[in-house]
Amino acid sequence: MDVMPKWADVLLVPVISLILAMVISALVILGIGEDPWAALKLMVQGSFGSTYGWGYTLFYATNFIFTGLAFAVASHAAMFNIGAEGQATLGGLGVALVCLALPWPHWTLALPAAMAGGALFGAAWAFLPAWLAAKRGSHIVITTIMFNFIGAAVLNYMLVNAMRPEGSMDPASAKFPDGTNLPTLHEMLAVVGIPFAKSAPANVALLIALLACFLVWLLLWRTRFGFELRAYGKSESGAIYAGISPTKIIIVAMLISGGLSGLMAVNNVMGEAERLVLNSVEGAGFIGIAVALMGRNHPLGILISAILFGFLYQGGAELALWTTIPRELIVVIQGLVILFTGALDNMVRMPIERLFLWRRRSRQTAGE
Amino acid sequence: MTIMRSFLGAAAALALTAGAALAEPAIIFDLGGKFDKSFNESAFTGAKRWADKTGGSFKEIEMQSEAQREQALRRLAESGSNPIVMTGFAFGNVLNEVAPDYPDTSFAIIDMVVDQPNVRSVVFSEHEGSYLVGMLAGETSKSGTVGFIGGMDIPLIRKFACGYAQGVLAVNPDAKIISNMTGTTPAAWNDPVKGSELAKAQISQGADVIYAAAGGTGVGVLQTAADEGILSIGVDSNQNHLHPGKVLTSMVKRVDNAVEKAFDDGPGFETGIVVMGVSNEGVGFAMDENNSPIVDMNAKEAADMAAEKIASGELVVHDYMADNTCPALEF
Repeated sequence: MDVMPKWADVLLVPVISLILAMVISALVILGIGEDPWAALKLMVQGSFGSTYGWGYTLFYATNFIFTGLAFAVASHAAMFNIGAEGQATLGGLGVALVCLALPWPHWTLALPAAMAGGALFGAAWAFLPAWLAAKRGSHIVITTIMFNFIGAAVLNYMLVNAMRPEGSMDPASAKFPDGTNLPTLHEMLAVVGIPFAKSAPANVALLIALLACFLVWLLLWRTRFGFELRAYGKSESGAIYAGISPTKIIIVAMLISGGLSGLMAVNNVMGEAERLVLNSVEGAGFIGIAVALMGRNHPLGILISAILFGFLYQGGAELALWTTIPRELIVVIQGLVILFTGALDNMVRMPIERLFLWRRRSRQTAGE
Repeated sequence: MTIMRSFLGAAAALALTAGAALAEPAIIFDLGGKFDKSFNESAFTGAKRWADKTGGSFKEIEMQSEAQREQALRRLAESGSNPIVMTGFAFGNVLNEVAPDYPDTSFAIIDMVVDQPNVRSVVFSEHEGSYLVGMLAGETSKSGTVGFIGGMDIPLIRKFACGYAQGVLAVNPDAKIISNMTGTTPAAWNDPVKGSELAKAQISQGADVIYAAAGGTGVGVLQTAADEGILSIGVDSNQNHLHPGKVLTSMVKRVDNAVEKAFDDGPGFETGIVVMGVSNEGVGFAMDENNSPIVDMNAKEAADMAAEKIASGELVVHDYMADNTCPALEF
């Protein structure tokens, strides 16, 4: 049934898309009179050339793994969850409330509680759109994107009116107590004697993200519920005929999706900023969509493309700092990658499929 | 990595032999954008003046989102930039954490006090400058109603409003002052459309002079005021030239001087709190060929007199941030 071998599907198509995006980016950079080769070198050097760069690349990748997985779980149930941004925002609120609620003695105690807080708030934010979709047929894209705006407004209200410490002008929560500070890669790797940049923000949440990849894979491909979820995503009528409840699938899939988005806050709010600030998600919710599309909604693919987008983010920051390439252009480059790997996927896929078909046919003819 | 390290080592050795002059200074502009025609642009002007004067170069970063502040600051410190100047109170928390990690780097922050041994905190007496432009507004207004449009609703901006209100009431005790804030988040620094709407609302209430202390948002206020045929007052940079003959004056806050001074002083500069007020020409009102035809000379003289009194300490303008209250204006 598959016209292409597996390796071509998961590797060849994304790589070709990526190369196309890079070629066009290079032309754009040439167009503004900069050297694309030097820019690429700077991006690679800045994101993989030092442990400091790695620290930031992996930090961003951790965010994207969570939101990418969140999108993928919903996507397998044919739900286009565009609300990871809002769910992660609310997750941040949950994490912050947990961290500030108690004088936590040690991070090992604070972490599970904060994870529960983040996941709970994120899932709660996905619940209403899910319920509306399941019971009222509201389109999930519309409701989740509107919930992003409501989420931003809720955070705004909480930071300005409720969580801003006395005497502070900045709309940000108080700093979390020391007992909630997660160990960074610097501290974790120092135990085994590997030196790692001290100021890089990658932290223990990376391991949680990797674990989440595995658990999502387990859920989707090794459990009964995962089978039902995928069956529903492939064909709603078929699933109903097989006795699968659409309401249950939609709501549970969206709750898991929202929970995964909310878990992202463990990385950026608890692990890096150690306080809740406005706009802490920084678009990771939307990047997650691209990450999941590029990773073909598979945890392993998501892991790889999350690292790629981490590289684009960190490399982009370096470009903005060390060259006169304006920041907006870096967004253009990121946009091109998203465009080619996500939206224009078929543009690359169809010719390659045709190529494989042609090869198979000519082999068959040769065999006859 | 090793090449990089030896390169850095060589650079450090060079820097040692040639004095600290080789370290490149850096500046970080907070949300609102470098070319906001106001606060950030004033800082940029100062940095650029330093570069033109010395022939040196400097690094700059514009903030795009709240969450990037720490990374930007660390990256600059990590790269050996020294001194590093940042504009805006919002850097306070971040700098307080980052500064101890780079004890050999000198930092300067505008509009906020950060108590670290390697940080110079530059704060301005905005209430004094606002008092002076308030006097001009009060003298110039024919309707007896003047407006104030602030950016983000924070004590710092209320300090502007409160000084302004005191100045207006000093020359016209019966004047009515309308005060509005654009928003409660940093987005309020760069929302000219909303600034324009607020200006229209104030004009409909009778305001004929409007003072905008709102960063990039003020551009919309000044534009609307000029379109509707009333006067406006600019802030931070001298904005008189934006609409010649339509901008009464500008409350200049010499962020440019503060930045230039920090760059001039170079690495290892004197730290601590620097207060820039009327007495040391840190704040004041702008007079140039664009607004001299519309400013009443008697009003200007009165304002000059008041400035002298403030400088000598004879006249004390109430500072909102001292006790978070304002005798002249309700928020």
